[in-house]
Amino acid sequence: MSDRAQTAAKVFELVEPFNKKGVEVTESTRFAQDLEWDSLTVLDFVANIEDEFDVLISMNMQAEIETVGHLIDALQKLMS
Amino acid sequence: MIDLFAKFDDVIAMREGLLASGVTDPFNLVMERVESPTVAICNGKRTILLGTYNYMGMTFDPDVIAAGKKALDEFGSGTTGSRVLNGTYGGHKAVEQALKDFYAMDHAMVFSTGYQANLGVISTIAGKEDYIVLDIDSHASIYDGCAMGNAQIVPFRHNDIEALEKRLKRIPEGAGKLVVLEGVYSMMGDIAPLKEMVAVSKANGAMVLVDEAHSMGFIGEHGRGVAEAQGVIDDVDFIIGTFSKSVGTVGGFCVSNHPKFEILRLVCRPYVFTASLPPSVVATATTSIRKLMDSADKRAHLWENSKRLHGGLRQLGFMLGTDEPQSAIIAVIMPDLEKGAAMWEALLNEGLYVNLARPPATPAGMTLLRCSLCALHTEEQVGEILGMFAAAGRATGCIS
Repeated sequence: MSDRAQTAAKVFELVEPFNKKGVEVTESTRFAQDLEWDSLTVLDFVANIEDEFDVLISMNMQAEIETVGHLIDALQKLMS
Repeated sequence: MIDLFAKFDDVIAMREGLLASGVTDPFNLVMERVESPTVAICNGKRTILLGTYNYMGMTFDPDVIAAGKKALDEFGSGTTGSRVLNGTYGGHKAVEQALKDFYAMDHAMVFSTGYQANLGVISTIAGKEDYIVLDIDSHASIYDGCAMGNAQIVPFRHNDIEALEKRLKRIPEGAGKLVVLEGVYSMMGDIAPLKEMVAVSKANGAMVLVDEAHSMGFIGEHGRGVAEAQGVIDDVDFIIGTFSKSVGTVGGFCVSNHPKFEILRLVCRPYVFTASLPPSVVATATTSIRKLMDSADKRAHLWENSKRLHGGLRQLGFMLGTDEPQSAIIAVIMPDLEKGAAMWEALLNEGLYVNLARPPATPAGMTLLRCSLCALHTEEQVGEILGMFAAAGRATGCIS
């Protein structure tokens, strides 16, 4: 698996516990509109992502991250 | 033309839905007369005030009123100017001196509101390459201060020491760090573990700002707040406070021992580009702050009130925001907005005013009836308040 594919697999895995509506998650899935996450869910999910990849995702960066794919790209950039 | 107000349609619908149920509008109450810090006339009815943040009851203190009247006579109704131009009178220097004495700190800077104090200090001191680490339940004025500046904003889970530490450790080396905390969180009335959080912040090279708006005057040996009570006030770089709670008027401030603090007067836009407080306001604040230095008996009575209300409400079967009373705020958790509004109205009909708080101000989408006690609530009034909660709670089915 490429680096990106590994990151993607981990992200999909971490989305699942918060996927209360059971939507099918792809890279184009949007956090706010499709998964309908509120601010507290976002906080918990971001904390898990931060701990898993040992990075910081500031609110400024979060504002640019709309979809699962955006998040994977942002993580790739943070870890490069 | 696109109607720019279309974005408010959800809020408009929520409000119309609530009012259609026939309930009194909880966000449109008018106090027709105010008799004392604890009693007002609302809709022609005598109403006990239990949602004012007027913790120390200074608003009708005879010395405070006299100082305000004297300043009004001698200095006029307003300054019509910025603090850095024509808006600094003797009274503004006097209130800053009172704050320096109250907190035993080297510097004090007074803003026109508490909101502007957070907005100004946070947006000014944290720049583009810096990081602000803040509690997720921080007040709107803190978030707005973050949004107005251009630092990187990193929130952590409410009162979670480990989450704060993890984030501090991940900040790139060489970046400036500001940790923003509150002494008392005003929605639930809980306090922060400042002892541990300030230690963790300092160990990781961060400056610390603590908003003590809801603790001034009655928490800590000298009423300096939660940081004083937990023995870490000397490690706090900036304390933000307000005149609109225990002090009993309006205005905000920052106190600090930072040697370069005074430069903020020239670079902090919410300080520079607004008119200063009226002479009567700073005169009342000065008198009130000096009296608060010596109010041990009132502090003790306020704590008694808080404990009694907390215990009483619990006994009645209400769900409260904290297991023990931690401040002068007691939050009663309502199942939803409709029930909350019904209970709020039932209390008002009984003759009791509390704050109805709802998202986005509240954490986790909760609806709260927020009660804030006053040192001047008498024992009898607290008894009356509990009786009203019992009656309204049963009438609305909130308790059995």
